[in-house]
Amino acid sequence: MKAILQGCLATALLALAAPALAALNVFATVPEWGALVEELGGDKVKVYVATNALQDPHHIEAKPSLIAGARNADLVVATGAELEIGWLPLVTQRAGNPKIQPGKPGYFEAAGFVTMLEKPSRLDRADGDVHPGGNPHIQTDPRNVLRVAAPLTARLVELDPANAAYYQQRGKSFGERFGIAIGNWEKLAAPLKGVPIVVQHKAFTYLIVWLGMNEVAALEPKPGVEPTTAWLSEVLALLERQPAKMVIRGAYQSDRASQWIAERARINAVALPFTVGGTPEARDLYGLYDDTIARLLKGAK
Amino acid sequence: MPSPLLARSALALALFMAVDVHAATDADLAEIRDQIRQLKQSYEARIEALEQRLKTAEAKAAAAPTAAVPVTAPPVAAAPAPEPVVAASAPAAPTGGISAFNPAISAVLQGAYTNLSKDPTKYALAGFAPSGDIVPAPRSFSIAESELALSASVDDKFYGNLIFSLTPENTVSVEEAYGVYTAAPYGIAPKFGRFLSSIGYLNDQHQHAWDFYDAPLVYQAFLGGQYQNNGLQVKWVAPTDLFVELGAEIGSGESYPGNSRNKNGTGNGNAYVHVGGDVDASNSWRAGLSYLQTAAKDREYSQLDNTGNDAQLDFTGKSKVAIADFVWKWSPNGNAQERNFKLQGEYFWRRENGDLTYDADGALGLTQTGGYRSDQSGFYVQGVWQFMPTWRVGMRYDWLNPGSVDYGTNGAYLGSTSFNPQRTAVMLDWTPSEFSRFRVQFQQAKLRPDFTDNEIFVQYILTLGAHGAHNF
Repeated sequence: MKAILQGCLATALLALAAPALAALNVFATVPEWGALVEELGGDKVKVYVATNALQDPHHIEAKPSLIAGARNADLVVATGAELEIGWLPLVTQRAGNPKIQPGKPGYFEAAGFVTMLEKPSRLDRADGDVHPGGNPHIQTDPRNVLRVAAPLTARLVELDPANAAYYQQRGKSFGERFGIAIGNWEKLAAPLKGVPIVVQHKAFTYLIVWLGMNEVAALEPKPGVEPTTAWLSEVLALLERQPAKMVIRGAYQSDRASQWIAERARINAVALPFTVGGTPEARDLYGLYDDTIARLLKGAK
Repeated sequence: MPSPLLARSALALALFMAVDVHAATDADLAEIRDQIRQLKQSYEARIEALEQRLKTAEAKAAAAPTAAVPVTAPPVAAAPAPEPVVAASAPAAPTGGISAFNPAISAVLQGAYTNLSKDPTKYALAGFAPSGDIVPAPRSFSIAESELALSASVDDKFYGNLIFSLTPENTVSVEEAYGVYTAAPYGIAPKFGRFLSSIGYLNDQHQHAWDFYDAPLVYQAFLGGQYQNNGLQVKWVAPTDLFVELGAEIGSGESYPGNSRNKNGTGNGNAYVHVGGDVDASNSWRAGLSYLQTAAKDREYSQLDNTGNDAQLDFTGKSKVAIADFVWKWSPNGNAQERNFKLQGEYFWRRENGDLTYDADGALGLTQTGGYRSDQSGFYVQGVWQFMPTWRVGMRYDWLNPGSVDYGTNGAYLGSTSFNPQRTAVMLDWTPSEFSRFRVQFQQAKLRPDFTDNEIFVQYILTLGAHGAHNF
């Protein structure tokens, strides 16, 4: 044990001695913001992504690695709207890093720059895992990513003024390229307009609004509540009256409920990347929406 | 703003419906008409809600502070797509009013049904000085401590937290009441007041967060349950990729194994190091070493002497506790939602040396003070397996080593034992949401050669209010 400890301390001292190469250390809570910061910050930022696409962003623990990751961060980029309520406050507090405390320039919440949907009219845990700020899964609409890009660029400039021109140039270039990409995705996704779908978790509201799809039902009886067979039967009965083309779920979710309904209602079960890294094709922000639309089009056939 | 968009969407909707109508039979027509009527109704309700939202949003926008808008001009091109039609509102502005700065409040309600084969008033650990409240619970139905917590930022430099517990005996006790200085540099966050010490792994977790109904035997035997520090804590997280946390605490030393000694200065000193990280996306770990030094003055307990009399003993001297702990967690790709496994264990060692007064209250007429020295240890190891969403099973094994106890001149009256108290527990719990948990636990506790207790607990834990933290 002593030897291990000595080894650990030696590693710690070595790491202390190593100079930081990147100008800004960024702690991104979820992969989409990590990818966006990389787009905007290029080689002037070093991005630590706290979670991967196969994890449920609601249920993350304040693991030691996350605390260590937040310790050196100059900037935390979070979704906000209470998506990370269970773990991020604990991580920022335990990391003892005054730069990234809420309210400081080093703490950035994307949800503040987006028009939030599904804000509950009443707050009661009897309604399931409700978020007072609205549905937090804003990244399923690329226009929200674009809306966040501008203030995030401004934040990078504020924290690292020496590279202001660099960030601004990259921000502008990203805005132009991504804007064109959004136009292309919209053209590509035109056949999805009005397509009736079932969602497993209410994770795709922004995507559905963006593409004009029609959410017929959700497999979770209430947000964050595991579907029961009784509830699934009700959904099945509803689907007989109001047929849907497919049932969609995020890559991090179990396929059990989706498969159950897909077999019985004879519709397609579609797993969407949900965020960067959710599928092999969703390598970056562009791949994320390329693949999302490709999978939806395939599912709608 | 929404009205032309709404009109356009309504038109699109009507056209869409019209296309469907062409290819439909009479029965279909009736159904479609019915659906349209329903849609209209829901649409009207929506428009109403939207108008309401628009009004509030406008009111808010007028009152919203301009500081929320980034100062630097956004260099990114505006979004080309139109605004969504569905219910929308401006970015949240906090509501004002007299309660706007209220702290976050949460409450924990707990209770149990307990079945014990042995009389809980006879509960004692062979070879160990009883350490306060180690009885698991009264028999039959009972409520456990209800906990009420308040926390908020105090100002730009401090954060405060108060947790008090309401006991089933209708008393109130302060579990934690501390401030944290949040503006300290170098990753240091000094904490002051009363708080659960961060020694070991389980010590700073509240009882409702434990994976079993009761505390491991080592916590009961060596720390009297949990070690509460009244004083100061400083923790420092090293700026490294590997998680390395160093911590030190000082305090009044009034918690067991120390006691209140009516003296100035510090009564206890604790130090620990925690190290942790990820092996890969699926495996995470944390390990730690802790040390606690405190002292006791006339710490009373009673024990059967060699002739079978219940003798009162007073200990005065130093007490040192060392703890080695580890926890390892596995879940596929770090997604603990479906399945996960948690393995944890802690090893405790305690040395006490000083003076022991035999028959301190003179009840036996043999009062005598002699030297005392003990070296004792123990461990527990437990595993908890979530085999499907919301359901977990767990197993725990406890073992204590009474080690060597030297009673000095009191050896004539007091003898030591070589019996190892041990306990085996299995539990099953159901966690329908993050805020509720139900548990059933069976355990067999061999606490003395002639005392084997078979215990059953059925427990509930309900959490109200502010969202709790997902501790590792």
